[in-house]
Amino acid sequence: MNILVCIKQVPDMESKFKVNSGGTWYDTTELAWRMNEYDEYAVEQAVQLKEQVKDADITVLSIGSNKVKETMKKALAMGCDRGAHIADDNVSSKEPCEIAGAIAEYAKDKNFEVIFTGMQSQDRGSGQVGVLVAEMLSLPAVTTIVDFSYTDGRLEVKRELEGGIKAKVALNSPALVTCQLGLNTPRYPTLPNIMKAKKKELVSLPIEDLLKVDARQQTAKIYFPEKKGGGLVIEGDPGELADKLIQILKEKTGVLA
Amino acid sequence: MKLLLVAEYREGSVLGSVTDLLGFAEKVGGEHVMFLVGSDSILPQYDGKLYLADSAKHGEYSPTVHKELLLEVVGRENPDMIVFSHSSYGWDLAPRVAWALKAAQVSEVVNYVDGTLVVPVCNAKLRRDVQVNTRITVVTLQAGAFGLNGLPSGSPAVEMIDVDSAGKVEFLGYEEAEAGGVDLSKAEVIVSAGRGIGKPENIEMISALAKALGGEYGASRPVVDSEWAEHSRQVGTTGQTVAPKLYVACGISGAIQHLAGMKKSEFVVAINTDKDAPIGEVADVLVVADLTQFIPVLTEKISSL
Repeated sequence: MNILVCIKQVPDMESKFKVNSGGTWYDTTELAWRMNEYDEYAVEQAVQLKEQVKDADITVLSIGSNKVKETMKKALAMGCDRGAHIADDNVSSKEPCEIAGAIAEYAKDKNFEVIFTGMQSQDRGSGQVGVLVAEMLSLPAVTTIVDFSYTDGRLEVKRELEGGIKAKVALNSPALVTCQLGLNTPRYPTLPNIMKAKKKELVSLPIEDLLKVDARQQTAKIYFPEKKGGGLVIEGDPGELADKLIQILKEKTGVLA
Repeated sequence: MKLLLVAEYREGSVLGSVTDLLGFAEKVGGEHVMFLVGSDSILPQYDGKLYLADSAKHGEYSPTVHKELLLEVVGRENPDMIVFSHSSYGWDLAPRVAWALKAAQVSEVVNYVDGTLVVPVCNAKLRRDVQVNTRITVVTLQAGAFGLNGLPSGSPAVEMIDVDSAGKVEFLGYEEAEAGGVDLSKAEVIVSAGRGIGKPENIEMISALAKALGGEYGASRPVVDSEWAEHSRQVGTTGQTVAPKLYVACGISGAIQHLAGMKKSEFVVAINTDKDAPIGEVADVLVVADLTQFIPVLTEKISSL
């Protein structure tokens, strides 16, 4: 069974962001990078599926500059078998349609039985790429899954809806699912597996060979939102801060009365 | 400008997100029609034309079938913009419709300024203005971003629609939210723990502060996903929506899904080391402090009042 898992490298969301010189994306220098959180669940579910069916081969795919290979190595250390790096130094200007188009073009003749993606990226957050890949490949897709099981070509999954309700659905492979946080517990790569991952295949393909869909939108401008809150910011020694806060709560709320 | 508003129906109710759709339509201006897969006995309050498909036949959610129903309406109405909520229904269906129509899709729109769609980036730390190149635009709206002046009213002029289509995804049933646990909606004070508390043992410290303030403790999604707190304590889109007199957010960065669940609180205190965290946007007071140093001191002082 061939399995594909698509991952993205994103900045740590606690980072101090700056706008780049063109004003169309965040400045990508001086940031700490990691695997998109949703994709960690996708990788884990792919590896668990392989552990279940035994005879499987997992390809991890990522699009970006050479830097994204670091994140791909983590996926290989978690248990993916090979890496397909789609080399693109200008990935942040690509819209979801172009990204999905490149993935679909890569995947179309490789007989993937199940494709896993995160439900969205933490930086752009469009939530479109997974569904678009499925539509382009005419595969059934289920988004935002929080439970996954596979038996003989049949997937039974739970979709997370609003307010804690879940929808149970079934579909036949080949299929695509987009993974929500909490789907499983992503494993930490062990040292021996990190060493093994260094020897796994990791090929780079130029994005130009796979780019078949034109952009339908662009970023005109990126900027910091106006601070609308007139909220009070207090700093200092914990004891003094506590006194200050208690005073505010007494004045502004009824809870300490 | 002509809009096609996509309303949602689940388990016998039209979802409240219909006010977001109408609020957006009001802001954009122009004419609009509505689409719903639901029931003719439970109609949305809407003073306009409603294309209705029967959920008893077409399912409350069947991606392919609902896509084809929508495309049927698009064929009849030829809208400039198709408007979904950024919800489990909207983010699943919108890309399918956009791809079929060769339309650009702009996700999680938070504002519309002089014809430009605005979306959040990086957990709402940044904003992005989007320029669309296609004639039809598909958008999903962030929950609560577009308020409506007043309440929706009126009875729609219903036109039934139907397609013969079968989906590849089989719906097996709903699983309701876990019953029991804590009902945070009744608490007057809620002290919530976010990922910033660092480790599960620190829930104790949050619980102690909640007790000292006479309230309950809650948690953000990552804390519940890590099983540091039970699901009934989760505040946010996929947990509970709360509006206490006092909400204290401890180590919570303020993801949109969390803010949607607590922004109606009367008074919000955020305790965080990151001054720029989005939670600051809704906080009346932002205490910049290390949680493990500050909270025990605060709890002790409150307890001895």
